[in-house]
Amino acid sequence: MERIPILKMGKFLLVTIQVEMRDQLAMTLQDDLTQRVVQTGAKGVLIDVSSLDIVDSYLGRTLRNIAAMTKLLGASTVLVGIRPAVAITLVELGLSLEGIKTAMTVDKGMEMLREST
Amino acid sequence: MSAEETASLSRILSKYQHQLLDDWIVEQLAAPTLRPDLISEEELRAESAGFLEELRKGVEQGVPEEIFAPPLENLRYKLEEITNRRVERGFAPSEIATFVFSIKQPLIKHLVEESGSSAQTIDVLWKTTVLLDKLGLFAVDSYQKARESIIRRQREELLELSTPVVELWEGVLALPLIGTLDSARTQVVMESLLQRLVDTESTIAIIDITGVPTVDTSVAKHLIKTVTAARLMGAECMISGISPAIAQTMVHLGVELEEIPTRANLSDALALAFKKIGVRIIRED
Repeated sequence: MERIPILKMGKFLLVTIQVEMRDQLAMTLQDDLTQRVVQTGAKGVLIDVSSLDIVDSYLGRTLRNIAAMTKLLGASTVLVGIRPAVAITLVELGLSLEGIKTAMTVDKGMEMLREST
Repeated sequence: MSAEETASLSRILSKYQHQLLDDWIVEQLAAPTLRPDLISEEELRAESAGFLEELRKGVEQGVPEEIFAPPLENLRYKLEEITNRRVERGFAPSEIATFVFSIKQPLIKHLVEESGSSAQTIDVLWKTTVLLDKLGLFAVDSYQKARESIIRRQREELLELSTPVVELWEGVLALPLIGTLDSARTQVVMESLLQRLVDTESTIAIIDITGVPTVDTSVAKHLIKTVTAARLMGAECMISGISPAIAQTMVHLGVELEEIPTRANLSDALALAFKKIGVRIIRED
């Protein structure tokens, strides 16, 4: 079964989404991620979407869920690498991904996470 | 036009093809609307010959009531082609219409010479005049369409040119907007800004609206869209260049710019940007 890999970077976890996420994959990711956060005591999660051409409402919802879940577990989430075309589409569709912090690069994302912890 | 009448006209157009062309050229050269500065005699001759040829071929197949019927399709294309070329050169619409109307005199002359001035001939004459009038008006319409497409093209180019994004400082971009912000413009603005954000990895964008005449709810909506898109890319936006008049209008209209920091001028916005990125300016005394 396909799983999205979760990497540990110091106090943070890095997730790179490269494929279209649907149902099973999204559920598995939420499961894996919440477990890893507790297991490692991570203070922050970076979700890299730089290889995605499209972020649809389903993925938007999944991302918002992940951010809420990790927050409950005491970790912040930062979305990294949204492409210009994706940003424009999200705005046009009215999916502002409110409540999720965003950063241009992984570096900046980590800086953001360090500041908030 | 009846088959007989069409045959009459068709006969004139083919039998006197060369004389018609010559006479028509003479008419055009003598007309006060001639533009020797925009078109040479050879070109005029070539255009006129092309038009006459298509007219002859079209009439041969029968003259319909409407000029938009199939037999006259090639003739219309020819006329459109001629009109487009003339629009590019700067002709006035009346000059293009005269091109078509001036064919009447030579045509009538030959029709009368050939068939006398019977009631039948007068009928053919009248219908030919109507046909040419319609073609002349068609030329004017084509002119309008061509002009509109030029204007549209220029507007798009203007849109591209008028959204520069400049780097004020490392990590700080400025976007001076000139003119009003509609949805088409906003699209271009967003694309330019977001691309520069990626290229420079900037975290702050200052949108200066000194050159924007009014900020109503629609403009505010577009500004908010742009700011939201930039935020998704990890950049914070602020708006500068708010004039006293705009400030008053915005409050009276109840326009909300949500949590976007705003300043009256660009220098104040830059000061705020420095604070956010941790830059301090020290004056050397």
